[in-house]
Amino acid sequence: MTVAAEPITGQREQAASIHASLRRRSRPGESVIQGLLFTCGAISILTTLGIVVVLGRESLRFFLTPGISLFDFLTGTVWQPHLLKFGILPLVTATFLTSLIAMAVALPLGIAVAIYLSEYASHRMRSTLKPILEVLAGIPTVVYGYFALTFMTPLLRVFLGRDVVAIFNMASAGIVIGILILPLVTSMSEDALHAVPRSLREASYALGATRFETSVRVVLPGALSGITAAFMIAISRAIGETMVVAIASGASPRFTLNPFASAETMTGHIARIAGGDLSFGSLDYNSLFAIGLLLFLITLSLNILSQRIVRRFREQYD
Amino acid sequence: MAHLSNERPNERPNRPLGPEAPQPFAPRTAARRRGDEIWRRVFHASTAVAIIALAALLLNVTNSAFGYAAVRFKHDPSTITFEGRALPDLDRAGRIGLIRAQVPKGVVRDLDADKAIESRPDEDLEGIIEERLTQPKVLHTWSLADSLFHSGVVRAEQQRDYPDARLEFRRWLSWRFITAPQSGKAEIAGIRTAILGSLWMIVITILFAFPVGVGAAIYLEEYADRRSRVNQLIQTNINNLAGVPSIIYGMLGLAILVRAFKPFTSGYIFGVGSGDSGRTILSAALTLGLLVLPLLIINGQEAIRAVPNSLRQASFGIGATRWQTIYHHVLPSALPGILTGTILSISRAIGETAPIIVVGASTLIFKDPTGPFSAFTALPIQIYQWTSRPEDVFRSIAAAAILALLILLLTLNASAVVLRHRYRVKG
Repeated sequence: MTVAAEPITGQREQAASIHASLRRRSRPGESVIQGLLFTCGAISILTTLGIVVVLGRESLRFFLTPGISLFDFLTGTVWQPHLLKFGILPLVTATFLTSLIAMAVALPLGIAVAIYLSEYASHRMRSTLKPILEVLAGIPTVVYGYFALTFMTPLLRVFLGRDVVAIFNMASAGIVIGILILPLVTSMSEDALHAVPRSLREASYALGATRFETSVRVVLPGALSGITAAFMIAISRAIGETMVVAIASGASPRFTLNPFASAETMTGHIARIAGGDLSFGSLDYNSLFAIGLLLFLITLSLNILSQRIVRRFREQYD
Repeated sequence: MAHLSNERPNERPNRPLGPEAPQPFAPRTAARRRGDEIWRRVFHASTAVAIIALAALLLNVTNSAFGYAAVRFKHDPSTITFEGRALPDLDRAGRIGLIRAQVPKGVVRDLDADKAIESRPDEDLEGIIEERLTQPKVLHTWSLADSLFHSGVVRAEQQRDYPDARLEFRRWLSWRFITAPQSGKAEIAGIRTAILGSLWMIVITILFAFPVGVGAAIYLEEYADRRSRVNQLIQTNINNLAGVPSIIYGMLGLAILVRAFKPFTSGYIFGVGSGDSGRTILSAALTLGLLVLPLLIINGQEAIRAVPNSLRQASFGIGATRWQTIYHHVLPSALPGILTGTILSISRAIGETAPIIVVGASTLIFKDPTGPFSAFTALPIQIYQWTSRPEDVFRSIAAAAILALLILLLTLNASAVVLRHRYRVKG
C-alpha cells in the first residue's frame, strides 16, 4: 500500500524511493492520536486529583478555623452550624442507620432472588425477570425518594401507628434504599453464582443433595467472594445515596438511634445546604467539604476492600 | 408434592423398629424434600417481592398523577361570558375573542410578541384563560384509585370539606403540563423549562463525555501497556471513580467548575451571558460528564475487548497502522456495544439529581434556558422541589413530572435496544 502511494518521479530516484518506502516511516499523526487518547485516559486521574484536592483543601480551611478541632468534629454529638457546633456524629449515625436498614432489606432479598435466578428459574423466567430488575435499576433515585415519602411512610404509619412513626423517618428511607440497591446486589451475586462451574452442582446432586442443599452448601460458598464484594459495593452505594434520604428522612440533624424518628444523613445535609443559598468560602460551605471528605473516605475504602476481597478470595475454577 | 405424601406412610412404620434394626435408607428424605420445597417458595416469594416493589412504585406514581381535585375558581367559568355565551360553551374562536377582550392589554401584547394568540394550540389558550381569568385554586386532590372506586366517598368529602369548590377530574400529566413553563402556582405550572434544561444539559454532557470516554477506552484497550505503572494506575482509578457517590461529583463541580472556573462556565470570557454566576447549564453538564465518564470507559472497554483479535491481526498483516486498524476495523465492530453503553449512561445522567442540585442550587427558575450559560432547572430538580412541598397538589404535579421523566427514560432505553439491533443486522 505504501509502495503504491509513493510518487515515482524519475528512473534514478525510483530505486532510492523504493528503498526509502520500505523503511519504517515516521508517522507524526499516529503519535498525536496516541497522545490525545492518553489525555482522555488521564482525565480520569485529573478527576480523582480534583476530588482529593478540593475536598482536602476546603476541609483543611474548615479545620484551621479558630474554635474548630478535628477531635470535636469526629466526636461531637451536636451539629448546629449557626451555634458553631460541628459534631458529625448525628449525621454519621443517621447515615449508618439508614444504610443498615437498607442492607437488612437488600441482603436477604438480593441473595434469595439471585439464587432463584441462577439455580431455580427456567430460561424463560430468567429472560423475563432480568429486564424487570434492569428497569428497577434504571429508575432515577429521586423517584425512589417520592416513593419513600408518599408510599412507604404512610404504609409504616398505618401498620405501626402514627405516633410511633414520624412523617419524615429513617426507616422508610432505609427500606426504599434497600429496594433501590436490590438490583445491584442481585445482578452481582447472580454473576458470582453463575461463575461456579456446573460440575460442582452435578457432583452434589449425584451425592443425593436436594436443590436447596446444593445451592446453599455448594454453590453459595463457591461464590462467596463475589457476593461479599457485591455487599461492599451495595453498602457504599447505600451510604452515598442522597435523594431518598434528602426527601424522606428529614431535614434536621438529630442524634438518635430510633429508626422511626427523623434525622438528616451526611448526604442529605450536603444536598440541603448546597442546594440552598450558600456563600462561597463561608464556614458552612467549608463544613460541607469536611463531611464530603469523610463520605469519600468511607466509600472509597469500602470499594477498595471489595476489590481486595475479590482478588484475594476468588475461587479459581479453570 | 405428590411424591411427598406417598412417601410419608412408608417412613413412619420404620421408625419404632429400634436401634438394632437395619437403618432404613435416607430416613430424612421426606423432611429434606419438604425443606427444599419451603425454600423454593421462599426464593420465589423474594423474587415476587422485588416485582411487587416495582409495581407498587409505578402504581403509586400513576395513582397520584390522575384523579379528582377540589377546585375553587376565583372567577367561576360560568360567570365569565363573551358575546353572551359563558366560558364552558365557547368554541376556539370565542375563547380567542375572550382573551383579547378580557385579559389586560399589556399581557396580550407580550403573549403576541412571543407567539400570536391565534396560532397557539388549544392547551395554550386554556392555560392563558386559567392563569388570567378563572384563576383556579386546587384545594385538595384525590388519588386515581379513590376517584375510580370510591367516587361516592370523594364526592361526600368534597361536599363536607370544600363545599364552595368544584369537583373536577384532572389529568395532571397533560400536553399543557409538558408545554407550560415553570410557575410557582401548581395549577398552571408546567415542565417545559425543566425539560429544556435537561435536554441542554444532556446534549453538552454527550458532547464532552462521549469522545473522551471512547478515547480513554481505546487507549486502555489498544495502546496501553498493561505492565506500565501509569496505565495500571489509570485502570484502578477508573474502577474506583465508578464507586464514588454522585454527590461528591456535585461538590467537585461546585468548587472547581462553578467557583474556580467561573469566568469560563458563566460565559464571561466568551463575552456572552451575564457572567455573574457559575451555576450554569455548562457547569452541571460537565459535572454529569465527569460522573458518567467511568461508566462510559468501562463499557467502551468491554465492547472493544469483545472485538476478535483476528480482525486486528488481519489489518496489521496488510500493513495498516495501529490507528488505521482501530478506526476502520475495531471501532465499527465495537460501535453497537459502545452506543448501547452510552445511551444507558445518558439515561443515568438524565435522572441524576444530587450533583446538579449541588451545582445548580434548587432555586426557582421560571425562564427557559437560552444556552449553555443560562441558569437552569432540570426535570429531576423539579420533581425534588415539588415533592418537598407539603401541599398535595404539588405531590400530584410531582407525580406527573415523574411519569414524564420515566417515559423519557423508557424511550431512550428502547432506542438503545433498536440501535443495537439495527447495527447488528448491518454489520
